[in-house]
Amino acid sequence: MLRPGFADPVHDAQGVFRAVLDALARPGTIQPIPARLDPPAPLTPELAAIALALTDRDTPVWLDPVLADAPDVAAYLRFHTGAPLTGDPAHAAFALVREPAHCPPLAAFGQGTPAYPDTSTTVILALDRIEDGDGLRLAGSHLRLAGPGIRGTASIALAPMPAGWPEALRQNHAAFPLGIDALLTAPGRVAGLPRSTLVEP
Amino acid sequence: MSDTHDSPSPLCGGGYPAQQGERGEPGLRIGRRAADGDELRPAPSLPSPDPLRGPPSPVEGGGKSSAPATYNFAYLDEGTKRMIRRALLKAVAVPGYQVPFASREMPMPYGWGTGGVQVTAAILGRSDVLKVIDQGADDTTNAVSIRRFFARTAGVATTTRTAEATVIQTRHRIPEAPLTEGQTLVYQVPIPEPLRFLEPRETETRQMHALAEYGLMHVKLYEDISRHGHIATTYAYPVEVAGRYVMDPSPTPKFDNPKMDDCPALQLFGAGRERRIYAVPPYTTVRSLDFEDHPFRVQTFSEPCALCGAKGHYLDEVVTDDAGGRMFVCSDTDACETRREDAR
Repeated sequence: MLRPGFADPVHDAQGVFRAVLDALARPGTIQPIPARLDPPAPLTPELAAIALALTDRDTPVWLDPVLADAPDVAAYLRFHTGAPLTGDPAHAAFALVREPAHCPPLAAFGQGTPAYPDTSTTVILALDRIEDGDGLRLAGSHLRLAGPGIRGTASIALAPMPAGWPEALRQNHAAFPLGIDALLTAPGRVAGLPRSTLVEP
Repeated sequence: MSDTHDSPSPLCGGGYPAQQGERGEPGLRIGRRAADGDELRPAPSLPSPDPLRGPPSPVEGGGKSSAPATYNFAYLDEGTKRMIRRALLKAVAVPGYQVPFASREMPMPYGWGTGGVQVTAAILGRSDVLKVIDQGADDTTNAVSIRRFFARTAGVATTTRTAEATVIQTRHRIPEAPLTEGQTLVYQVPIPEPLRFLEPRETETRQMHALAEYGLMHVKLYEDISRHGHIATTYAYPVEVAGRYVMDPSPTPKFDNPKMDDCPALQLFGAGRERRIYAVPPYTTVRSLDFEDHPFRVQTFSEPCALCGAKGHYLDEVVTDDAGGRMFVCSDTDACETRREDAR
């Protein structure tokens, strides 16, 4: 049985978008995301909410292997968004990553072109926890951030840390204005790591 | 609203003389100043097609009027909003870069803020409080009609107070009251490409941005100096965003350029006719281009505002009769009114 989408498509989508916009505009802050959805496992409500708010027939979506292996997930996204699913991460406008520990290298996603850097992939990852600077002290889980949107520096902690990070984020930033933009989600939360953000050692 | 604007109104606010024309817009202040009564009359700028004829919002700022059943919240359909939202996210991720978007026809002519209106419609939520200014003024036709457009189609609360607003749509001024983290500033942009009058081909300007090849812009500023002895560009003064892209700050007077730097608010730019969206995230370095021996300087005004008496603010020249009478008044009506209220 197909699970329902947004109860109030107009305002739920707007609320999710504003949370994502604030997250990307202010890297290092954690925004509450109103993800009132009950999608088929292993899709999380936050991944589903962002997909429903931002994707449609114009945006190829790439699913990581664990999501792609769940037929219910593909059916749910196809029905509610109409977005074509692609097997090639380089051609995806959005990528949904349920298992960040097995996230492909960021360079495998669309990087955009020098004339049109906006054509790169937005990678959306489902984490267990995201905390801002002082909330969580896990060894090796901290990212110190600087750049546009950040007053001075900021820090966030991620659990689990996606594969190859934070070095992969530094390489991603080094290619600016090319590169992917990442959205990190945890239950009820979203944080943004646009390509403009410098991850300090 | 205020004493000034009730008085038999000067036709145009004037604006800075050097700003008139040139940018493909017929004079910067559109139309005349609307008197208070105009709030309840159909706005002249909207052709008022049938679907827009909802109940007029009874009190500006009430925000309780329900949107007409025939239109989606904030006028645009959801597919269009998604497309604009995706462009906005990329614009924020690459500060100063112009993202192409599929601009829609809006129920107002190009040049009246169709780009800004589409950006506002895409971000607006039910709990937002909207302020719209036209050259700093809350009570000119363009500002009044756009404010009423969203009061009708989205039912959002509107205000003229900068501090109360969460979304501020602006046509060529940045409010004087300091902006805060909870606010978003939406600019209406006529020509988004800062290099357009130097290089007319989009294919070329796109390459120049890709290569960060901005020598031509410096030559233009240098030619100003060689001809006039100083940089004579007074509005749409080019800025470099986050050390990478050169951006047109829209035809704001260069007086406002320093406010864009390290601003706590998110700044979004929409150009409807030219189909471009760009952005400056909060706390981002925005540097006005200049030379070591000709540093960037803003305009100064020798006279104080004729209404509030304050000095050091951006002034409009207002013609008051046909015998050469004129006065200089604050361009930012909200800031001017606040100062006069405080003085009482």
